[in-house]
Amino acid sequence: MKCDFCDHKATVFLTQLVEGQMKKVCLCAPCAKQRGVTDPTGFSLADLLLGGMAGGIAPAGNQPPATPGGGRKCPTCGFSLDDLRRVRRFGCSDCYTTFSEEVGQMIRGMHQGASHIGKVPQGLMALHIRHQRLEALRSRLEQTIAAESYEEAAAIRDEIRNLGEATLA
Amino acid sequence: MMRFSTLVKYPADWMTGGQGEHGAVLTSRIRLARNLRHHPFPGWAKREQRAAALELMRPAVEALPLMKDAFSQELGDLNAVQKQVLVERHLISREHAAHGVGSAVVIERRQTLSLMLNEEDHLRMQAIRPGLQLTAAFNMLSELDSDLEDALEFAFDPTLGYLTTCPTNLGTGLRASVMLHLPGLVLSDQIGQVLQSVNKIGLAVRGLYGEGTESLGNLYQISNQSTLGESEATIISRLERVISQVANHEQNAREKLLDDDPEMVFDKIGRAYGVLSHSHIIDSKEALNHLSLLRLGGTLGVFPPETVILCDTLLMDIQPAHLQLHAGRKLSPDERDAIRATIIRSRLHSVASPSNRSTTDASKPLSDLPNPGDP
Repeated sequence: MKCDFCDHKATVFLTQLVEGQMKKVCLCAPCAKQRGVTDPTGFSLADLLLGGMAGGIAPAGNQPPATPGGGRKCPTCGFSLDDLRRVRRFGCSDCYTTFSEEVGQMIRGMHQGASHIGKVPQGLMALHIRHQRLEALRSRLEQTIAAESYEEAAAIRDEIRNLGEATLA
Repeated sequence: MMRFSTLVKYPADWMTGGQGEHGAVLTSRIRLARNLRHHPFPGWAKREQRAAALELMRPAVEALPLMKDAFSQELGDLNAVQKQVLVERHLISREHAAHGVGSAVVIERRQTLSLMLNEEDHLRMQAIRPGLQLTAAFNMLSELDSDLEDALEFAFDPTLGYLTTCPTNLGTGLRASVMLHLPGLVLSDQIGQVLQSVNKIGLAVRGLYGEGTESLGNLYQISNQSTLGESEATIISRLERVISQVANHEQNAREKLLDDDPEMVFDKIGRAYGVLSHSHIIDSKEALNHLSLLRLGGTLGVFPPETVILCDTLLMDIQPAHLQLHAGRKLSPDERDAIRATIIRSRLHSVASPSNRSTTDASKPLSDLPNPGDP
């Protein structure tokens, strides 16, 4: 079998699901190396098929957006919707917020589920718990004020203040 | 700091301990992908942004208690052979080896833990253990991950979990994979069927180094594909269950082959021994395929049990970059084939020829295995 990019004998064969369709690419060793076709887990066939380069996402430069709305960019890193459509990868973690709609479409059917179950960073866990505690204290504060138990309310207010300061620190 | 030569001087414990599940399971590997918040991912970052991320991560990684006196090197400071040696040892990915300045690798002294900095994700952390030990590998790596959290702010979303460059790694960022030796299933033509059913339940199957469709030396890697929507423990326990089943199928296949056609099995093993102990020119592919049969012979009692370790060590030592490291210079493919044959011949000196053992003798150690026909 011949390489898809030159006439040498293909020795590297890749099969991947790209946008729900099975795509196959055959490459010779030099072409595979040149295109960074290495670890299939870290490589997207879409890059090859859509003309991108692995191991470094080629910026789209100043070309006009290829699709309507495709010029929309992530405010943090400047990655555009066109870039995302081209390489099927993201520019930074904030891109997941910028392109949240597209994320939803992209991951449909990709995994066992659509929301995370499992490890949460400890720091965020503490933050998460503190947020919940604050919420609970605020609603209790309202109740105690409504019940005119001002002594208890003052104690809760102090506790909220302490938690709030800890969050800021 | 640890030198490259010191790091690779000895094989890691996981390279020579693959006798779990009747020798069918060589290694268990866990990989976690993590990224820094507010920093562009390595593939999109500009040179100075990559450098800034590296400057942040490298001291944090080097300061980890588990990484005390580790090997730490920027990839631009390693030559092509050194990088390839690390790839052959599964300590860095092929993609990472293609990187230079701006990417680094930190490897724990025993080669059990390896962290790639500025790979596709900011951090790709990996733990390897011998045999079927995914949970042990995960626990070790998760502890390291938790330690790193104190120094680095990872990109995390309550719904999507750990955020990664490629959405295929979202959530846990976990890839658990197991290396299997399945000569029995290959010889009995059941491998396609088994791998297909493994694939059907959403697990990926690959060869020794992941590339291509062909498996060398009857070695297969099975790993999870889904990373989001299930906990690490669920992903790992499912994989372990499947691996145990595959290992059982392998064991049954070996027993059945010995019952149905022992001459064929011992003929293949004997011929493999003959070729390996007498050839003067041997390429990688031929060597791996014969070593696979020699290894099978080790688990069937044709050769002493240490033969399995000898094969697993050779598996690494006969790879192109390892040969060049051994020779201390760049070798042409022809030179490699000659040196490979020399190394294999010399190691096989310690393994007695199976020629004077009859088929019945050789199958003796199997008599204490349960007969598949028995209840």
